[in-house]
Amino acid sequence: MHPDLSVLDPVSFPPAVSAARPGDAPALDRRSFLRLAALAGGGFALALYLRGPDAAAAEPAVSGGAEPGGDFTPSLFVRITPAGEITVLAANPECGQGVKTAFPMLIVEELDAPWARVKIEQADLDPRLGRQAAAGSRGTPTHYQPYRRLGATARALLVSAAAARWGVPTDELQTPGDARVVHAPTGRAATYGELATAAAALPVPDEKTVPLKDPSAFRLLGRRVGGVDNPRIVVGAPLFGLDVRRPGQLFATFVKCPVFGGVVRSADLAAARAAPGVRAVFEVKAPGVASGVAIVADSTWRAFQARDVLKIEWDEGRATGDSDAAFAAAAARLHDAPPAGDPLRGAGDFAAAHAAAAVRVEARYEYPFLSHANLEPQNCTALHRPDGVELWAPTQSPSGARDAAAKALGVAPESVVVHMTRIGGGFGRRLTNDFAAEAAAIAREVSGTPVQLVWTRADDMQHDWYRPGGFHAFRGGVDADGRVVAWGEHFVTYAAGYDTDKVAGVAGLAAAEFPGRLVPNVLIHQSPLPNGIPLGPWRAPRTSAQCFAQQCFLDELAHAAGRDPVEFRLALLAAPAAPAPAGERGPVFDNARMAGVVRLAAEKSGWGAPGETPWPRGRGRGIAFQFSHLGYVAIVAEVTVSKTGDLVIDRVVVAADVGRQIINPSGGENQSEGSVVDGISSALVQRITIEGGRVAQSGFADMPLLRIDQAPKRIETHFLLTDNPPTGLGEPVIPPVPPALGNAIFAATGRRVRRLPFNAADLSWS
Amino acid sequence: MPTTLTVNGRVHELADFDPATPLLWVLRDHLGLVGTKYGCGQGLCGACTVHFNGAAMRSCVLPLAAAAGQKITTIEGLAADARLTPLQQAWCDEDVAQCGYCQAGQIMSATALLAKNPRPTDADIDGALAGNLCRCGTYQRIRRAVHAAASTLPA
Ligand code: FES
Ligand code: FES
Repeated sequence: MHPDLSVLDPVSFPPAVSAARPGDAPALDRRSFLRLAALAGGGFALALYLRGPDAAAAEPAVSGGAEPGGDFTPSLFVRITPAGEITVLAANPECGQGVKTAFPMLIVEELDAPWARVKIEQADLDPRLGRQAAAGSRGTPTHYQPYRRLGATARALLVSAAAARWGVPTDELQTPGDARVVHAPTGRAATYGELATAAAALPVPDEKTVPLKDPSAFRLLGRRVGGVDNPRIVVGAPLFGLDVRRPGQLFATFVKCPVFGGVVRSADLAAARAAPGVRAVFEVKAPGVASGVAIVADSTWRAFQARDVLKIEWDEGRATGDSDAAFAAAAARLHDAPPAGDPLRGAGDFAAAHAAAAVRVEARYEYPFLSHANLEPQNCTALHRPDGVELWAPTQSPSGARDAAAKALGVAPESVVVHMTRIGGGFGRRLTNDFAAEAAAIAREVSGTPVQLVWTRADDMQHDWYRPGGFHAFRGGVDADGRVVAWGEHFVTYAAGYDTDKVAGVAGLAAAEFPGRLVPNVLIHQSPLPNGIPLGPWRAPRTSAQCFAQQCFLDELAHAAGRDPVEFRLALLAAPAAPAPAGERGPVFDNARMAGVVRLAAEKSGWGAPGETPWPRGRGRGIAFQFSHLGYVAIVAEVTVSKTGDLVIDRVVVAADVGRQIINPSGGENQSEGSVVDGISSALVQRITIEGGRVAQSGFADMPLLRIDQAPKRIETHFLLTDNPPTGLGEPVIPPVPPALGNAIFAATGRRVRRLPFNAADLSWS
Repeated sequence: MPTTLTVNGRVHELADFDPATPLLWVLRDHLGLVGTKYGCGQGLCGACTVHFNGAAMRSCVLPLAAAAGQKITTIEGLAADARLTPLQQAWCDEDVAQCGYCQAGQIMSATALLAKNPRPTDADIDGALAGNLCRCGTYQRIRRAVHAAASTLPA
């Protein structure tokens, strides 16, 4: 079981779409095409069809009116009934990032229907729908244009139907946004419902030639729209994975070795089998599923209770030697010696530039492992039958869930059905579908009966795919004009296992926009530590961790050179960016866009405003920026630290450039505000520690999340709209948060905290 | 030993229950009231918050024996006649939820707060909701929604 990295950010994985021109990417699977289907009782559905091996004949300009035969079943993206009911499909997993609202908005905008009257329906996993994943903030760049085209195609059909009915040219017709087609010269009008059946008989225009609205004509995009599930969330209606209730459903818990990679040596299951409510207890052995013992009972509580009487002897395996202390000692040894091996990146002549620099600074930074701590613990409901398995899964990658279950059962992926539930928090955890594989393997033992696998909070915290910790040693040089001329970095990170030099997929240094493209003389080494820790993507993988070290060290350089941190950064960004180093993948970095958000964050926070008086000791602000997931973000944090070291975060100002259009400002700002809280929580209070190959923490007592009374008093989000394709907001706001906070703490107290979490450091001052 | 449990005004006779069973699991696995969420089972996240005679209480650490005979309200019982309460409405209007998983617990705690204190300050809100974690970080909107709901209530 490994994280599904194929769906990760485009910055460092070969993107399926051209990252440089995200607006032109295909949303729909290349093998699928649009067709009309007539609905029983009239009306139409604009459907997608999978282009199968024998589909060529069916492909050209098919008219509606008949259900297609053979393998072609309609997948209903837009459905309009004669009564005027409009239904739009939400194809992607919703984990709080707002796509169940934002993506249907794209369709409805071009359809010109009133949002309030459209019903949004959650799709299941369906290969015809193309990419269905919540990862890498890639949804918006992938779907922005194609979903609009879907809506525009449906509208074009309705307009054509009206034109035929009235014998008028289509260009005399309008759609005023109320689900009607209007012919102003004659005052005629028809509702979409009235036109739907006639529209279903028309040939589907090529969706690539259907005109899209000019953004100035948008009625819906850019408006604040509430989440489509809000009315259900506030009354506690069933939505989430753990809310699934199937007839006769049982509940399961799965006990795994607390040491990573450990396996069952022997188990005495008798007492657990005799426990109240318990239906089955068995050792699970399935490909891709961790070794362990499952308990199936008639309630979650009774399954959990029976764990107490389970007797398992573990073969703990190799990871027992892994510990934070051992990793830190190994990192220190590596940092104390000159870096061995070829540099990861180099530019110019670092040694000479560093030696000649007017100001030189050295510092080491480190941060711990993190767990995702989704508030909804991992879970999955499964029903096994002789011909396959049906899953109800809160997963960010439903195709990954299908494949993991198929592998566990040794069946074809086509025999796995995946229903997508709402997800109680993603953050990258649910790109790894270990819970789905486990549920499928457990369900096979109680075949015919639905079973819900529920991880305890401790299971969730101790069997995560962790955000890797890291150790950075920096050497920087600034010239007499305040320009960064030398940047040396030795990054000690984690390998993809024990017997490999390969850095784990989520642990490598992020792409080289900063400092590589902005500093003339660069020398960067990377050393992986062998380990047995499961590592996985954690919101804005890599940058969400590394930005802390880099932007705090950059701040150190600014202060050492006696420069204002904002001006210092703007000077760095003023130089034209060097081209991407050979071998670096990734999108084009535009330092003018980055400078734009740095300026905006400074201006909105009042940084350097005319007439501003110096802040008293104990109050401070810090700035940081990061390019990630195609978004440009700068953040100013303002803090008050008491003499005894109590920290209050007064205000956080976010400036973000994610292109020309914010689809739903309410959802976009919510992502920004949440990222600020997440970034603070991860840097201030959270830490996973490894001792003897296991996680020391077991719940929110020893691995807290930020509480409301610790959250910033105020968060402001300012979008800088630039003429670039819209990109996602799930991730890019988080990376600059920890360094902005660290830089603010330094400004307030004079204490430079180089190790996370901040709350483990003494922040007192006198 | 049969237990009588009153939830949202409905009386349930429960036979054969271990009186130590936390109320949370009785609600979720036996009464089908899944709006009350499991987040930690340790009284540390607030996702499972219900009203116990009007006071916010963590149902994951409330034994059935203690809940029996008391007035229990869950998130499903707040809206009378399908009309949202001012708080539920404010939660929609302010578009508070991200993933939404914590929000039932947040609303239950906030409802108990407004019942006692119809004009809470930010500090009052922070105090009353400090036990309700939101992993998605919707705290700013939670404060805003509580103020918005309070402004519709008689002081
Ligand atoms: S589930 Fe009860 S407090 Fe977390
Ligand atoms: S909205 Fe996701 S935990 Fe609060």
